[in-house]
Amino acid sequence: MGLLKKDLLDIDSLSVDEIQTILDTADGLKEISSRPIKKVPTLRGKTVILFFHEPSTRTRMSFDIAAKRLSADSIAITANTSSMVKGETLIDTAKNLEAMAPDIIVMRHSSAGAPYLLAKALNAGVINAGDGMHAHPTQALLDMMTVREAKGDLAGLRIAIIGDIAHSRVARSNVAGFTKMGAEVRLAGPPTMIPQGADKLGAHVTYDMAEAIADVDVVMMLRVQKERQRSFLFPSEREYAARYGLNRHRLKTAKKDALIMHPGPMNRGVEISPDVADGPYSVILDQVANGVALRMALLYLLAGGVRNADHH
Amino acid sequence: MRIIIKGGRVLNPGELDGLMDVYIQDDVIAGIVENADATPPFEADSADRIISADGCIVSPGLIDMHVHLREPGEEYKETIKTGIQAAAAGGFTGICCMPNTLPVNDSKEVTRYIIGQAKALASVRVFPIAAVSRGLAGDSLSEYGELKEAGAMGITDDGKPVKNSQLMRRALEYSKSIGLRMISHSEELALANGVMNEGPTATRLGLSGIPNAAESIMVMREIALAELTNTPVHIAHVSTRESVRAIRAAKAEGIPVTAETAPHYFTLTDQAVAEYDTHAKMNPPLRSPEDREAVCEALTDGTLDVIATDHAPHSDLEKQVPFDEAANGVIGLETSLSLGLRLVDAGVLTISRLIEIMALNPARILGLGSGLRVGGKADLTVIDLSVNYQYRAANGFSKSRNTPFDGWEFQGRAKCTLVSGRIVHEI
Ligand SMILES: [Zn+2]
Repeated sequence: MGLLKKDLLDIDSLSVDEIQTILDTADGLKEISSRPIKKVPTLRGKTVILFFHEPSTRTRMSFDIAAKRLSADSIAITANTSSMVKGETLIDTAKNLEAMAPDIIVMRHSSAGAPYLLAKALNAGVINAGDGMHAHPTQALLDMMTVREAKGDLAGLRIAIIGDIAHSRVARSNVAGFTKMGAEVRLAGPPTMIPQGADKLGAHVTYDMAEAIADVDVVMMLRVQKERQRSFLFPSEREYAARYGLNRHRLKTAKKDALIMHPGPMNRGVEISPDVADGPYSVILDQVANGVALRMALLYLLAGGVRNADHH
Repeated sequence: MRIIIKGGRVLNPGELDGLMDVYIQDDVIAGIVENADATPPFEADSADRIISADGCIVSPGLIDMHVHLREPGEEYKETIKTGIQAAAAGGFTGICCMPNTLPVNDSKEVTRYIIGQAKALASVRVFPIAAVSRGLAGDSLSEYGELKEAGAMGITDDGKPVKNSQLMRRALEYSKSIGLRMISHSEELALANGVMNEGPTATRLGLSGIPNAAESIMVMREIALAELTNTPVHIAHVSTRESVRAIRAAKAEGIPVTAETAPHYFTLTDQAVAEYDTHAKMNPPLRSPEDREAVCEALTDGTLDVIATDHAPHSDLEKQVPFDEAANGVIGLETSLSLGLRLVDAGVLTISRLIEIMALNPARILGLGSGLRVGGKADLTVIDLSVNYQYRAANGFSKSRNTPFDGWEFQGRAKCTLVSGRIVHEI
C-alpha cells in the first residue's frame, strides 16, 4: 500500500482513501518517537532536501526530525543559502537541486502555486510545506490526525476555524480536508479577514464568533499577524482580542470536551487566552508531536520506503 | 504598381457593402467596381497582381490602438520590426505603441526614433503615443507641443494610472489645445494590490485579489474630469461591468468619453488562472463571467467603441515563475481578429460592427483619415472567413509567446494586409 502520486501538493487532489492511508500510516509510525532509540532504517540511503524559500523553523524542524527518524539524509536549503537571491529562477534552482539526486524535495515558498511549478519540472517527489496563502497540506493532515486520535472519527464533527481566513493556507487546507472526511466546518473572523467567495470553499461562513463556536467539537484558532493592522484588517489587538479572541467564557458555548487547536506560533492573550491554550482540552502540543509522525508517514509513502520497511 | 482585389465582399460600414472589385493604383484606391460594372479604372490585364477575395471580406485596414512594442529598451521581448510583422499578420495596417519603453517615450527623440524605425520597415503604420507625465512618474507634464510635432498621436501613462487628479486635469486642458487624445489606464492602486481578479477562484488559489472597483473608481474619475474640462478621454482595456455602466451613463449625458476592451476580456474569465497559468495573468485581470458578458453587451450596444489588444510581449523569463512574481500581459496582435470573429459567429456582433470597432472607430478616435473609398489611401485588410486554422504561438511573428490562446482552433483570419497599396502580409 502506498500513494500513487509523485507529489503531495494540496489536499484537494487526495482521495478519502489516500487521506486514510496517510493517517493510518502516521498512527503506526508515531510509536517510533517514543522508543529509546528513535530511529528506524526505513529510508536509509534516501535523500530529502528541505527547500525553504520562506523562513519557518517549526515546519522545517518537524520535517528534518521526521527524515532523520527514518534514517534519510536531509539537507536544508534556505532562501539565503540558495542561489535564488542571485537572480536565478525557481526552475533553475529546481534543476540544480535535482542534479543532487534527491528523492523528495520539501518546499516552502511565499508564492502560491510555486510547488506546482517545481513538481512539473522535476522527477523527484515534491511535498508542499506551505505555499503563500494557498495550501499547507501537511498541517491539515496532522490536524486531522490529532482530531481523529481524540474523537475517533472525523465524520459528523463540527469544527470552527477562527481568525484571519484570508491569509491562511492552514484554514484553506483544513476546510478541504475536514469537509472531505465528512466533518462540518465553520469559518469566522472579521469581514476584512474573510475573502470573497470563502463560502464556496465548502464551509459555513460567519462574522460572529459566538455563532461559529456554538456546539462545536473542535475550535481551531489562527495566528493574528500584527503587521495586518497596517493594511487596515483590524483596528487594534485589543479590539481583536475582545471580539475574536478565545477565552474560557466564550468557550462555554462549545461542546464541553471541545478540542482546542492552534497551528502556532501563538499570540497568547490576543487570539487565545493562556488558560485556554494550556487547558485540559488543548491539543496544541499533540499537534506538534503528531506533525513529526505525519511527516514521517508522507516521506515513507512518497519515497517508496514500503519495500524495505522493517517496523511492521 | 497595380493591384486588383477581386470578388470580395467590400465592407466599409455605413458606406459600402457588396461584392465588388477594388482597384489599387500605387498607394491609392483607384476604383471600387461592382462585378457587372463596365468601366474599371484600368484593365485587368494591366494589373501587376490580382488577389482573389472569394469568400472574403475586404475591409478598411484594421487599427490596434493599444500595443507595447518594447523597443527601445526591451528588445529581447519584442522589437518594432517583430511587432510590426505580427501586426501585419493579424490584419492590422496601423498600430499605436505605448510609451512605457526604456527610455520612456516622453521626448521628441524617442518619438522620432520609433517613427524612423517603423518607416524604414515600410510596413504597418506606427503611431507613437507619448507619456502624459515625464518618465511616467506622475509629477510633471511632458512637452506635448514638441511631442505632437515629432509625430505623437496621443498621450497616456499606460501601465500606470495618473494618480494625481490635478495633474490629470491639467494634462487634459493642456493637451486639448495641442490635439493629443488622452488615453487612461484606469486603476486605483491602493485597491489594486493583488495578482488576479478578486473572487472565489482567487480565494481557492490563495492569490490576492483585485476588486472591480479598483478599475471603475478611476473610470468614474476620468469621466468627471472629461466633463469638467470638456475634453475627450479614451478609457483603455475596460474589464468590468461597473466600468461599462459608468461609461454608458456618461455617453448618455454627452460627456466625451470613448473606450476599448481587449479580446481576452470578452473571451476568458478568471477561471483561466485556475492552474496558476501565468499566461492568464494580466492587468486589469481576467474577470468574472458576469463581467465578460457585460463587456460583450457593451461592444454590441456601442458603449465600448474599440477592440484593442494591449499586446504586451514578455519572455519566458518573466512568465515561467510563480504566479505572483510573473509579469502582467499577453500578446494579442495575431489572435485579435480571429477572437473578434468568434463574437460574430456567436451572434454577439455583426461583421459590420466588428469592422467598425476594429478599424473605423480607432481611426476616428485618433483623428486618422480612414475608410475604404476611391481616392483614399489603400490601407486594406482582406479577411478570409472560411479558413480554419490552429494558432501556434511558436510559429507566430512576435518575439514572445505569452498567450493563453496557444493551440486554439479558429475560423477566419487576415488573408492579406495592404498598407499604401503594398502587400505587407499574405497567406
Ligand atoms: Zn494599461
